[in-house]
This record gives sequence, structure tokens and C-alpha cells, in this order.
Amino acid sequence: MNLFDFLSHGFIQRALIAGSFIAVLCSTLGVFLVLRRFSLVGDGLGHVTFGSVAIGLFFGVYPIGIAIPIAMIASLGMLKLTERAYIYGDAAIGIVSSLGIATGVIIASLAGGFNIDLFSYLFGSILTINTMEVGISIILSFILIFIIYFYYQELLAITFDEESARASGIKVGLINKILVLLTAVTVVLAMKVVGIMLVSALLILPSVTALQLNKGFKTTIIFASLSGVISVMLGIFISFVADLPPGATIVVLNFLFFVLAFFTRMLRS
Amino acid sequence: MSGEVVSVKELYFKYNSTEVLTNVSFQLHAGDYAGLVGPNGSGKSTLTKLILGLYAPYRGNVLLFGKKPSEFQDWFRVGYLPQRVTHFNPYFPATVREVVALGLLSRKGFPKKISKSDEIAIERALSLVDIVSIKNERIGTLSGGQQQRVLLARALVNEPDLLVLDEPTTALDPEVRDRFFTMLKALNKERKVTVIIVTHDIGTIGQYASRLLYLDKRLIFYGGFDDFCVSHDMSDYFGEFAQHIICHRHDLVKERE
Repeated sequence: MNLFDFLSHGFIQRALIAGSFIAVLCSTLGVFLVLRRFSLVGDGLGHVTFGSVAIGLFFGVYPIGIAIPIAMIASLGMLKLTERAYIYGDAAIGIVSSLGIATGVIIASLAGGFNIDLFSYLFGSILTINTMEVGISIILSFILIFIIYFYYQELLAITFDEESARASGIKVGLINKILVLLTAVTVVLAMKVVGIMLVSALLILPSVTALQLNKGFKTTIIFASLSGVISVMLGIFISFVADLPPGATIVVLNFLFFVLAFFTRMLRS
Repeated sequence: MSGEVVSVKELYFKYNSTEVLTNVSFQLHAGDYAGLVGPNGSGKSTLTKLILGLYAPYRGNVLLFGKKPSEFQDWFRVGYLPQRVTHFNPYFPATVREVVALGLLSRKGFPKKISKSDEIAIERALSLVDIVSIKNERIGTLSGGQQQRVLLARALVNEPDLLVLDEPTTALDPEVRDRFFTMLKALNKERKVTVIIVTHDIGTIGQYASRLLYLDKRLIFYGGFDDFCVSHDMSDYFGEFAQHIICHRHDLVKERE
């Protein structure tokens, strides 16, 4: 098969377009999350998304429509638990995450077991993405990337040193809320690409790959985005040719990029 | 009173149910250079955080340039250097220039963007602490002393009227520490920058500061060094030790002058 044949399929075009936008979004946000030690927020919110997708499928509501508001509420809940309940962030993630999974399992059990739809959300189905979902992914990705662009300096300031950011008049509470809300929407969008089970990989791996390069903050974000987009594009191509699951292929490619960057850094130093 | 930069009145603060500060009152005026000393756990860092509005008192009040910290808007007038016990993550991907630029955000509206014209202020702050040559290095790769100077440049980049420094010399070797104190004194003298410096460097502070705050949950002493040296308020081990060291060095400096 040549490249032209591959690109001539409508479902491949849709997958490449939506996947690239979501990859840029995940990689950019991932740099802030990893450096703030919030890496597992994506994992926790992924589990919440599992519960909300199950609710959506059970009641016959479009799953993404119900998953976005629930994930947003859960992300604020995690933040509140960390700030007010005197518990560490990982414990807050654990609480919300297990509640999400438990809800999903109960709903799936009430519905008579896991069905094929829920399975596709668990492990991703980028090749089945429809035109409306591509549109939603592009619009939401644009909105979220613009929000990151406008709050870039504040996000960098709180990532570097939250106390000094607060002492220079930055509304740290507001910026933290923006960060977790952005993550919530991103996780829901990314579940179509790699699935709920692997969503945190798309947030973490491109950013840790870019961090191996030892560059400044903006350069790190650019490299993380490049790594994310290339892995999604190459992952879709390989999975199509070799008949492999695209979500898992994308994650494995991301890991290989990380290994490559890691050894390059080791050799250079 | 005009020129009043910090006013602390009958201030109390508790962590959970433990009282950390009890009935602390003092004022600092434009051009004051105050050393804040006391034993570990005496509430020094807590007091600086109350001044900056990072904590809220449960009784009493703090005024910053005549306003409560919660109502204060002109944060570019304040430079803050937090206490740093450990180094930054060596993989943190921010360059020295990017970190210093963060100090300018308090001046910016929305959206906060660093423009080309800000480069002059950044260069000036970098040269003040003598780190222009490492401006493109990542902060995590620098030594503790260099990191401290980067954070100081960030605190100075707005040319603030008040500098709040929490143990700024802990990671510095004696030579760099002396240069740091000399530079701080020059800023205080030439630009009338008000300085509050939390320090365990009691041997040095008497050479540079004009006022001394001795804190041990309550304010044991506040005033000039001549008064401190004849005060009988320091009854604990740390207080007597501090008085001995500070006054010995203070006398030496006066003799030299």
C-alpha cells in the first residue's frame, strides 16, 4: 500500500486530523501536569470518564456530552479534596478515581454486562471517529489551546513556584481550577484516541520525552507536541497496515520515542 | 504615617490550634533595612508570609503600603525571595531568563505577555546579581548559590520598593554572601528600597541592617543595634548568643568607621 492509498480513506483522514489536534492539546497540558506532579490526574479523570460513559450508554445519552461535565465536576472535587481535606494529591486522585470505576462497574452490571460500546471507549477507537466528533475535537482543542496560550505565563509561574506566584498577586486558586478543568475536557477528548485505560499515557509520555532534551519551557512544549503528533500519525498508519489496535500502538510508539530521547540524553551527557 | 511601608498591629497567628505568633506589632518605613532573627520555629517565615498575604491572621492586622494584603493590588512594588531548602528539580525546563521574567507578571494585565521592551528590565536585574552570562542556562543545572541569585533577580526585576527575603544566604559561600549583602545595602541606600531579611546569619546582619526584629513567637526586641546591645530582653540561649555575636561585629564595624 502506498501513502496516497492510505490517505485517501475518509476515516483515516478524520482520525489523523482529530488525533493531531488532541495530541497537541494533551502534550502541551502534559508538560504542566508532569512538572506540577499532577501526572496521575489524567488517569484519575479517565476512570471518572469510564463511569460517566457507562451512565451515558445506560440512559441512551451521547457519552461525550455527559462525560465532559462529570469529569469537570470531578476535577474540581479532586482539587477541593487536596486543598481542604488535608490529604495529598495522590490520595485525592485515588478517591475520585475509584469512585468513577465503581460507578462504571455498577452501571455496566445493571445494564447486563459490558457491551461493545463501553469496550470501544475503554481502549479507544480513533478509526471509527465520525465527522461530528472530529468537529467537536477541533473546536474544543482550539478553545483549550487558546486558554493555555492566554494563561501561559500564570501557568508557568505556578508550575515553577506556587508560593512566589501567589506573592506576586497571581490568582493561584483560579489558575489551578483552570488547569484541572482543561485536563478534564482533554481527557474526555483523548479517550476516543487511545481509550480511557491509556489516556494518561498521551498526557505523560510526550512531555517526559521532551523533558529529556533539556531545553527551555516553550521549546519543551513544542517538542512534546511534535512527539505527540508524530506518534499519533505513525500509530494510525502502523495499526492500519499491521491490523493492530490504534490506541495501544500510539502509546507504544510514544514509549519508544521516550526511550530514544532518554538514551540520546544519556549519550550526550 | 507617610512613608509607612509595613505596619503590623497586635498580630496573632495559629497553625491549627498552636499559636505561632502572639501580639506582634511594629512598623517599617521607606528605606528601613530590618534583620528578622530568632530561633528555629520562632515564627519568622510565618511573619513574612502574613505580611505578603499568603496567610491570614486570626487577630490583628497587617498593612502593606497602607492597605490590607487582601486588598493590595500593586504587587510589583514588592519583591519576594522565598526560603529554599532544596534545589530545583534538575529537569525543570525553564531558563534563567524565563524565571526572571516571571517577576514581571505582577505588572501585567490580561493576558500577561512578556514583550521585547521587558528584555531591558530582565537584563538589568540579571546584571545586578551578576548572572548575565548564564541567562540561557536551565535553572535546575545551576549551583545553589546561582539559583539563589536567579530568584533574587526575579525579586528585583520590577525595581520594588519593598524586598522580603527569607534566608537568602543559606546556599551561598562566604564570598558570594558578602557580595550579596553589599549589593543589598547599596540598593537600600541608593534606591531607598525597604528590606526585611530573615536570617540566621547573625554575624553579618549587624554590619548591614539598620533595624533588628528579634522574634520568638512574640516580638522580644525591635529597634536599632545600639539599643539591642544594651537590651536585657534576651533571656534565652539563642537571644544571648545572638546579642553577643551581633553586638561584637557591630562594635567592630563602628570602630572601623
